[in-house]
Amino acid sequence: MADVYNKAGFDFSNHVRNSFLQSKGVPFPKATSTGTTIVGCLFKDGIVLGADTRATEGPIVADKNCEKIHYITDNIRCCGAGTAADTEFTTALISSNMELHALNSGRKPRVVTAMTMLKQYLFRHQGAIGAALVLGGVDSTGAHLFTVAPHGSTDKLPYVTMGSGSLAAMAVFESQWRKDLDRESAINLVSAAISAGIFNDLGSGSNVDVCVITAEGTTMLRNHVTPNERGAKEKRYKFRLGTTAWTKESVRKFVVDESVTQISVPAGGEAMDIS
Amino acid sequence: MQRLKAGEVNLGTSIMAVQFDGGVVIGADSRTTTGSYIANRVTDKLTYVHDRVYCCRSGSAADTQAVADIVHSHLQMFAQQYGTPPPVHTAASVFEKLCYDNKDNLSAGIIVAGWDKGGPSVYNIPLGGGLFKQPWAIGGSGSTYVYGYCDATYREGWGRDQTVQFVKNTLALAMSRDGSSGGTIRIAVITEDGVERLFIPGNELPTFWEGPPVPMTVVEAKKVVPTAGEGAPIEVEA
Repeated sequence: MADVYNKAGFDFSNHVRNSFLQSKGVPFPKATSTGTTIVGCLFKDGIVLGADTRATEGPIVADKNCEKIHYITDNIRCCGAGTAADTEFTTALISSNMELHALNSGRKPRVVTAMTMLKQYLFRHQGAIGAALVLGGVDSTGAHLFTVAPHGSTDKLPYVTMGSGSLAAMAVFESQWRKDLDRESAINLVSAAISAGIFNDLGSGSNVDVCVITAEGTTMLRNHVTPNERGAKEKRYKFRLGTTAWTKESVRKFVVDESVTQISVPAGGEAMDIS
Repeated sequence: MQRLKAGEVNLGTSIMAVQFDGGVVIGADSRTTTGSYIANRVTDKLTYVHDRVYCCRSGSAADTQAVADIVHSHLQMFAQQYGTPPPVHTAASVFEKLCYDNKDNLSAGIIVAGWDKGGPSVYNIPLGGGLFKQPWAIGGSGSTYVYGYCDATYREGWGRDQTVQFVKNTLALAMSRDGSSGGTIRIAVITEDGVERLFIPGNELPTFWEGPPVPMTVVEAKKVVPTAGEGAPIEVEA
């Protein structure tokens, strides 16, 4: 008898078949992946996170203005690169668990807590969840910035980059990052790093999203820089009516008109039928 | 046995630990790689598991971090239950159990070192999950280049400073030959009194014979002035 219930979690039952097919040269289907540039850097008062806004499906740009900086808590945000669905759902799950953790413990959430939850979750799935993350935030112990790789390893650094545009962005950080930057210079540096990804990496593009996290609060600068605005067309490219000859013309109306007649009811309501 | 998973963050590494009379010196390079990209050039591979017990990690970054975190948790429980800090052998045994039981799913080569009431000690836990007590241990991809150097150089009865110098030299030699090791050297000296951390920047690493000296000749630069309109600049006498 067939299974009535689906087991929870991932299903690896096709793994042996798939590796056999792969060894015979059958191409493996590719998961939807976001070629991405995401970065984060430490500055005098906290953390600045940055992301581009291009989402791709193979060679196609699936979304020209998507959001890659995800909410974890009020004082913690997370940029996602890799498989779009995986980054979306992992950050949502950890965000939810962080809220419950804060409610249970009665304490303000910490960045290391989110980092530990993320790394243990990703490690448990042995890299099957393709989420490469940049996690940043400010808590009672100060400002913290981490990267989390899909297999669950983490790094703690003053400036980090991830995604396919990480090399271009890291080049900007390595040459320009200094200790104790002020807010404005930090935002500009992050914008420059993301722009390097947008212009030099095919997988990244469109706009720059920036998020500034300090002890005072979090500011999301959505589309902080828009270097790829579509220009106004200098001419109209519509064909004039009559450019093409026709033999017959018939106009049909598709919108169905409906008229409603209100039937008036006597004041005090209609009398009950008691016959 | 499986190798590193595709796209996994790797600690192509040079790590070592050496015992001396009053404690242990542990050291590591600072390079973390994903393929040919250096994901972190200032990594700290000397990981705290208890007050006087540290481990040096090599292999998969994800695997070794996960294992070290679990051991850290076990040792906290140990200290609470027994009211005494865990002996180094106990810590090494927990590492060994995790590495042996999960050998099919892990790529982790770990050196455990520290100080306890019985004195300093070093334990090596290579890939299959064995447990070997040694006066000195080296590990990671860079270690293969310096086994001979260590065998020829190591002596019993060294002091702290001599041991630190030995670790520094060995790691510098390993890092210069192994492409996936490099960056800086991080060292920790664990004694009864505490843990002292040392940092050797990449431009201050010990150097050895690196070929015949390059003759220093002063080359006077010629002034080059681009001409307007022309593509190629013309040379002007200095």
